[in-house]
Amino acid sequence: MTADHQHGSDSPATRTEAIEALLVKKGLVQSAAVDALVERYEQDIGPLRGARVVAQAWTDPAFRARLLEDGMPAIRELGFGDNTDAHVARLVVKENTESVHNLIVCTLCSCYPWAVLGLPPAWYKSPAYRSRAVREPRRLLGELGLDLPADVEVRVWDSSAEVRYMVLPQRPRGTVGLSVEELTGLVTRDSMIGVEQL
Amino acid sequence: MGGMHGFGAVDRRPDEALFPEAWQGRVCALAGYAIGAGLANLDAFRHAVERMPADRYLADGYYGRWLYALETLAAERLGGDAAVERPDHVGSVVREVDREARFAAGDAVRTWNRHPQGHTRLPGYARDRRGLIAEVHPACVYPDTNADSRGESPEYLYTVAFDSRELWGEEAEAGVAVYIDLFEPYLEATE
Repeated sequence: MTADHQHGSDSPATRTEAIEALLVKKGLVQSAAVDALVERYEQDIGPLRGARVVAQAWTDPAFRARLLEDGMPAIRELGFGDNTDAHVARLVVKENTESVHNLIVCTLCSCYPWAVLGLPPAWYKSPAYRSRAVREPRRLLGELGLDLPADVEVRVWDSSAEVRYMVLPQRPRGTVGLSVEELTGLVTRDSMIGVEQL
Repeated sequence: MGGMHGFGAVDRRPDEALFPEAWQGRVCALAGYAIGAGLANLDAFRHAVERMPADRYLADGYYGRWLYALETLAAERLGGDAAVERPDHVGSVVREVDREARFAAGDAVRTWNRHPQGHTRLPGYARDRRGLIAEVHPACVYPDTNADSRGESPEYLYTVAFDSRELWGEEAEAGVAVYIDLFEPYLEATE
C-alpha cells in the first residue's frame, strides 16, 4: 500500500470535483473563473499567435532580427505576450536554416512556449517524445516523416528551466508575394516545435 | 525521462482535442489558479508531481499527474484552519543579484554528479557531463531551494551545449547537439 489515501480510487472526474470543491471552500479559486479559463485555453490561446509571429519575421527583416535577439519584447509588438507566460524568464526563438534544424522538448515535464503556441499537444508531453527527442532525434524525426540530410546539424533544446523556445521555420519555396495573412495560414504548430518542415 | 528506453513510437494525431476529457481542462485551470492563489509555487508544484509513486506517474497520464499533485499539496497545506498566504504577485522568475555571472559564453564546464532526493532541473542524463556555455541568462529563482520552502536564492542561468556523443557515447547520432538550461551551482569549470 502506497501513501495513496488522499488520492482515493474514484475516477479522475470525481476526484477533480472533490479537489475543486475544496479549493473553492478554502477561497483559492472560483468555479466561474475556472470555466472562463478553460474556455480561453480552448478558444483564444493557440498556435495562431506563433504563426503570425513567423509570418511577420519572414516578411520584415528588422522584426526578424529583433525576434531572434529577444523573443518576448518582439512578440509584444504584435500584441502577444500577455500574462499567459508571466513566470518565464525569456522567450528564445531559434531559426532553421539550410544547415541547422532546431527541435524543442522538455524532458523533465512539459515546458512549452504558451505565449505563442498555447498549450502543448498530447504527444509533446508523452514519455516517448520526452525520452527520445534528446537521444535519437534524427530517428524520431524520420518516424514522424522528416528525414534530415546527414549534413544538416540537429540542435535539440531541452527546456529545463524558465527559458521557453520556439522554432522559426524556413519559409517555403514559391511563396513570394503572399501577404502576411496568407503566410500565417501556412505555418503549422508542429513546424514551430521542429518536428515538421514547411 | 531524457534517454529512457521502452516507450515506443510517438503517437502524433492531427486535430486532437486539447482536453479529450472535461476534467482535464478543469485540472489545468485549477492548477493555474491554485498556484496563483498561493497553494504552492510552481517549483513546489513540479516537485509534487515528481514525488508521485513511479508506477502512478506513468499510469495516471499528464493531467492525472497534475490532479495527483493538487491532492498532495491540498492534503499537506490545507488541512488546518489557517488561511493560505496569497503571494503579492505571480510574476517573472528573473531576479537582480549583486554579483557577476561566473561563466561566459564559450567556457568549458562540467555538470555535477548529484542525485538529490528533492527537486532539481539538471536532467539525469546530463549529470557529470562536459559542455560549453552557449548563452548567459539573467539570474533566476533557484528551483532546487524554492521547491521546498528554502527560499528563492537566485542563481545565474546558462544554456549549455552538449555534443550528443558526450551524452550517449559511441552510438550517439552524428551531427546532434543538445542544449540544456542549467543553473550555476550545477556547473564547475573544466578544461
